[in-house]
Amino acid sequence: MALTTEQIAKKTEELKAFIEEHKNMPGPLMPIMQYAQESFGYLSLETQLIISDMLGIPVTEVYGVATFYAQFSLQPKGDNIISVCQGTACYVKGGAAVLAEVEKELGITSNQTTQDGKFTIQDTRCLGCCGLAPVMTINEDVYGKLTPSKVKDILAKY
Amino acid sequence: MTLEELKRIQAETLPQINMRHTHKTEENVKYKRQVLICGGTGCTSSGSNKLMDEFRAQLESKGLTESVQIVRTGCFGLCELGPIVIVYPEGVFYAQCKVENVEKIVDEHIIGGKIIDELVYHEKTTGEVKEKLFDMQFYKKQHRVALRNCGVVDPEVIEDYIAFNGYQALAKCLFEYTPEQIIEIMLESGLRGRGGAGFPTGLKWKFAAGNRGNVKKYVCCNGDEGDPGAFMDRSVLEGDPHSVIEAMAIAAYVIGADQGYIYVRAEYPIAVKRLAIAINQAREKGLLGKNIFGTDFCFDVEIRLGAGAFVCGEETALMVSIEGHRGEPRPRPPFPAVKGVFGKPTILNNVETYANIPQIILNGAEWFKGMGTEKSKGTKVFALGGKIVNTGLVEVPMGTTIREIIFDIGGGIPNGKKFKAAQTGGPSGGCIPASLLDTHVDYDSLIAIGSMMGSGGLIVMDEDNCMVDIAKFFLEFTVDESCGKCTPCREGTKRMLEILTKITDGRGEDGDIEKLEELANTIKTTSLCGLGQTAPNPVLSTLRYFRDEYEAHVYEKRCPAGCCKKLAKVIIDPDKCKGCSLCSKKCPVGAISGEIKKPFVIDQSKCIKCGVCIDSCKFGAISKK
Repeated sequence: MALTTEQIAKKTEELKAFIEEHKNMPGPLMPIMQYAQESFGYLSLETQLIISDMLGIPVTEVYGVATFYAQFSLQPKGDNIISVCQGTACYVKGGAAVLAEVEKELGITSNQTTQDGKFTIQDTRCLGCCGLAPVMTINEDVYGKLTPSKVKDILAKY
Repeated sequence: MTLEELKRIQAETLPQINMRHTHKTEENVKYKRQVLICGGTGCTSSGSNKLMDEFRAQLESKGLTESVQIVRTGCFGLCELGPIVIVYPEGVFYAQCKVENVEKIVDEHIIGGKIIDELVYHEKTTGEVKEKLFDMQFYKKQHRVALRNCGVVDPEVIEDYIAFNGYQALAKCLFEYTPEQIIEIMLESGLRGRGGAGFPTGLKWKFAAGNRGNVKKYVCCNGDEGDPGAFMDRSVLEGDPHSVIEAMAIAAYVIGADQGYIYVRAEYPIAVKRLAIAINQAREKGLLGKNIFGTDFCFDVEIRLGAGAFVCGEETALMVSIEGHRGEPRPRPPFPAVKGVFGKPTILNNVETYANIPQIILNGAEWFKGMGTEKSKGTKVFALGGKIVNTGLVEVPMGTTIREIIFDIGGGIPNGKKFKAAQTGGPSGGCIPASLLDTHVDYDSLIAIGSMMGSGGLIVMDEDNCMVDIAKFFLEFTVDESCGKCTPCREGTKRMLEILTKITDGRGEDGDIEKLEELANTIKTTSLCGLGQTAPNPVLSTLRYFRDEYEAHVYEKRCPAGCCKKLAKVIIDPDKCKGCSLCSKKCPVGAISGEIKKPFVIDQSKCIKCGVCIDSCKFGAISKK
C-alpha cells in the first residue's frame, strides 16, 4: 500500500523523534534503520538522508548498511510478503518446486513485486519450522507441509 | 531481591508446578491439573494459539478455570507432530491435537480421568500407543540439560524458572565463588562452545578476565542462528530465556562487565518477544540492574536485532554489527577478549552454551564431565530435519552415534526409502555417508570424517537426493551470503558454483572435478573468516564420499538420483503401459503421444521433466531415470 503524503509527513516526524531519543545510545544506526524500515516499509533516499543528517554520519554509510543486510529494502514492497523457505530441510523436501510454482502463479521471480503491488516474493533461508518442511509464510501466516499443487488455493486467499 | 526472597518465591511456586516432573499433584495446591500447550514456532505455526483459546473456552464453560491451569510453554521438540498438548499430572502426550478434539479431552480426560487412547501419541514405526512423554522412543535416549526447561516452564513467567532453581547459580557465584574459582569450574567441566567451533568456554573467559574493574567490558550472546536447518538456539530463547540471561550475568561477574548484548535474528519474532519479557521481569525482580542480590555487582542486558546476514554469526562480524556497521569480519588477532564490541574486551558465547552454564555451577564440573566423550563433554542439541520420521529437536550426550540419533530417536527414513547421507554443520559442514553411521558425535570425530558439529543442524537425505545438487545448494547459499570483503571467498565460491551448475546442467567436462578440488583447497586456506574457510566443505565432503555421483554427471551425463532436471529422462515402460492416454492429456507441453491401448512414448526433446505424467499414471509405468 502506497503511503499518502500526510502519512509520510507523520511517519517522518515520528522517525525524527525516535532518532532524537536514541541517537546517544551506543551503536544507534541499526536500531534506527530497523525502526524506519518497519515504519515506512522501505528506506527511501529521503529517509536515509534524515538518518545521516541527524546522526552526523555520511549517507554513504547509511546506504552501505542498507544494502548489506537483507532485511532492508530500498524499494516499497507489495501488500503481501511471501517467503518460501529455501533452507536445507525445506530444500531436500522440495522447497524449490514450491517456490517455482509461486513464481509461476504470480509471474514474478524472487525479490520482485507484482505489477498491481499485491505480492512480493522474498528470499528466505530458514524460517526455523523445519518440522513442517516445506514451508512458506505470507505475512504472518505460516503454511507447512506444502506441495506445488496447494499453492494456487493459498494465494487465492489474499 | 535477596537470596531469601528468591528461596521464598521458589517455595511458593514449586509445589504447584512440580507435577511436571513428579507426575503427582501435591496437596494444597490451587490447580489440580495443568494443561501445557507448546507455544514454540513450530506448534504456533500449526495452530497452537487457537487450541489454547478453545481450551480456555471449554474450561470456562465447564467451570474448571479455578482447578485446571493452562500454560503456554516453549518447544517440546517433536515439531513434526504439532501442535502438542501435555496433560499433567499424568504427563499424557496428545500429538497433532485439533480444536475439535479439545472438548473430548476436557470431558473424558480432565473431568473423567480417562486417557483417550486414539488421541495420544502412537509410535510411528510400530504403531504402539505411548501415553506418556518419557515412554516415547523419541525422548527415551535423550538427556536434556540445555533444553531441561523447554516445554516445562512458562517462559513468560519468571517464577516458573525460579521454582526449578533459577538464578540460584548466579547467587552461588556471587556469594560462594571468586571469579577465578568459576573459571576453574568452567575449565574443569570441559564445556566447549556450542556454536560450532568448539572452543573451551572457560579459556575464553580466562582470556577476558584480566584487568577486572579498570576497563569497560562486554558480555555478548550469539543468537544469530543462521545455519539453515538449525533451530535449537531459537527454541532455548523461546522456551527458557532466563537460563541465558542468568548465564550471561555469571559471565559478566567473572570478567567484570556491567553491560551485555544479546544479538538475535530478526526472523525469530517469538524469541525476541519472550526474551524482552524475560529481561523486563529480571529487571523488576532486581536480578538485572544495580547491586544484584545486594552485592556491588551490576549488570544489564540489551537485545540487538540482526537484519538478515548470515555472516553476522561470525564473532567479529557480529560485534561490528552491534556497533551499527556492515557486518564484515575483521582479521584476528586481536581477539574479542582483547578488543571486541566498541573496541573493549568482550566475551561472546552461543545461546546453547549459555543454557548449560547455570546447571554446571549448580551441579558441579564433575557432574557435567560425567557425560560425553573424552574431549567433548556434556550433551548436544540437534535439529533433525529432512527425510526423517520424527523431525524436531533432540538433546543427546556427546558420543551418541549418528545411527542412534537418526534411527532410534528419529525413527528412520519415511516411505521405505534408503538412507543416503546425513548433513551436519550447515553450509560449513559436510555429508556423512551410510558407512559412517556408527561415528560417535563429538567435535573431533566429526572433523575427522570431513564434517563438523556446527550449531547442530542434522539434515537427513534419502536415495532421491542428489549429492551434487546438495553441494550446489550450499554453494548458492555461501555465494549469497559472502560479505565480499576477501577475494577467495567472494570470487572463489562464485567460480565453484559456476562449475557445479555446469555439472548439474549436463555440461560438465573432464577436469571440472579436479578444478573444484583445487579451488576448494585454496579458498579453505586463504579466506579471512570462518565462513570462507569452511564454505568448500560441502563440496569436499561429497566429493570424498560420493565421487561416483559427480563422475556420473560429468562423464555419463546422468544423475543417479534422478534429481537434476536437465539430466533426468522420463521414460514410459512399454511393458507396464496400458495405453490409456491419461498421461498425454496431462502433459503440459504435449510431449507424449501414442495410440490407444498401445504403449505411449515421450518425445525427449519436448519433455520438461515436470513429473506430472509420473503422478498421473495409474499403472506405475512412468519413471524418472
